[in-house]
Amino acid sequence: MNVNTLQIDRKMVTGREGDAIFAVAWEHGIHIPRLCHIGGLSDVGACRLCMVEIEGQKRLQASCLTPIQEGMVVRTDTPRLRQHRKLIVELLLAERNHICSVCVADGACELQSLAAALGIDHVRFRYRFPTLPVDTSHERFGLDHNRCILCTRCVRVCDEIEGAHTWDVCGRGANSLIISDLGEPWGESESCTSCGKCVQVCPTGALFDKGKTIAEMRRDRGFLKYIVTARKEKQWIG
Amino acid sequence: MNDANHKPRLATLWLGGCSGCHMSFFDLDERLIDLARRVEFCACPLMDYKDFPDADITLVEGAVANEEHLAYIKKVRKHTKVLVSLGDCAVTGNVTALRNLFPVEDVLNRAYRETSTVVTGIPSGNAIIPRLLPRVRPVHEVVKVDYFIPACPPSADAIHAFLTALLDGRTPSGSGRFG
Repeated sequence: MNVNTLQIDRKMVTGREGDAIFAVAWEHGIHIPRLCHIGGLSDVGACRLCMVEIEGQKRLQASCLTPIQEGMVVRTDTPRLRQHRKLIVELLLAERNHICSVCVADGACELQSLAAALGIDHVRFRYRFPTLPVDTSHERFGLDHNRCILCTRCVRVCDEIEGAHTWDVCGRGANSLIISDLGEPWGESESCTSCGKCVQVCPTGALFDKGKTIAEMRRDRGFLKYIVTARKEKQWIG
Repeated sequence: MNDANHKPRLATLWLGGCSGCHMSFFDLDERLIDLARRVEFCACPLMDYKDFPDADITLVEGAVANEEHLAYIKKVRKHTKVLVSLGDCAVTGNVTALRNLFPVEDVLNRAYRETSTVVTGIPSGNAIIPRLLPRVRPVHEVVKVDYFIPACPPSADAIHAFLTALLDGRTPSGSGRFG
């Protein structure tokens, strides 16, 4: 195993060759913001919040997809990056209908807590107020597209961990929607096993347990590490 | 804002909101007495006044939902040194803006025809009930806002911390939450 040494935020750190900057930073207590990454699933670089500055490169790089290199100098928290992150979160908030006060995930929402952590106290863009559907056809779960940020955690957990690949994305850009199977109502999906993994990894209130009301939705993500460790190490430990 | 001859003049305003932010303001309880020593309350929804007076600080609750709100907030902006969006309806549109997902006609039909026990027609610009704007807007989309206190409603502590900082001449730090 080759080990690389690099600098992140003026701190000398080491990581295995091929590891992403993001993972190495977190291992060393440097918590780069993110919304689409979740430990145990593949990374897609969808949210762009984990962008970092790398010395010698003009362009920002998504740290979840950029492998470390020997001697690299990385900055994860600069005025320029903070400005970009604020912009991204404000655009996400303006894009759909995120109304925290009536949301199941209020108080336990990654979008909401990130907004607060970035010091966002209002959105500088005009809210789009799109008209989007809510799918409550499934017996146990619901999908509210108004609160979806298209992070695709649900798509990946269903494909990579459950092996069902019920979820996918249709459409383009801001008009993209998460769909089950070929666009059938979730409750009529033939591939869905009703395991609920997608509901547990959702960062907002987009996927929720039926029967939960305002601020009642809380997630349990322990299963992800448990299953991934079991597969890799052949040991059932959390 | 603390010159000796002139106590800062504080106003509160209620646009398209549920009054919850004002209730939270009243939850300052005994701290209101201290506040009253430091400021002159010059306008609030419980006070009788004809024209909105000149104010140093105005806390505005609620979103801009109808023509009256729009005209009023523009006037208030002209008469206020520091305008503060208080609570999520003012800051984001919040529940008041839920109707933006539907055309105004559908909203009015729902409220005044479909779910009404006594149908007397839809009031629109009859000089008693103000005409609804095509869409509800957060206050800062309409006039310049100087500070924002998010949450639904903001806690009394958040309001108190904000006002104390402002009256002490410090820059108020954020409430640490969004939405």
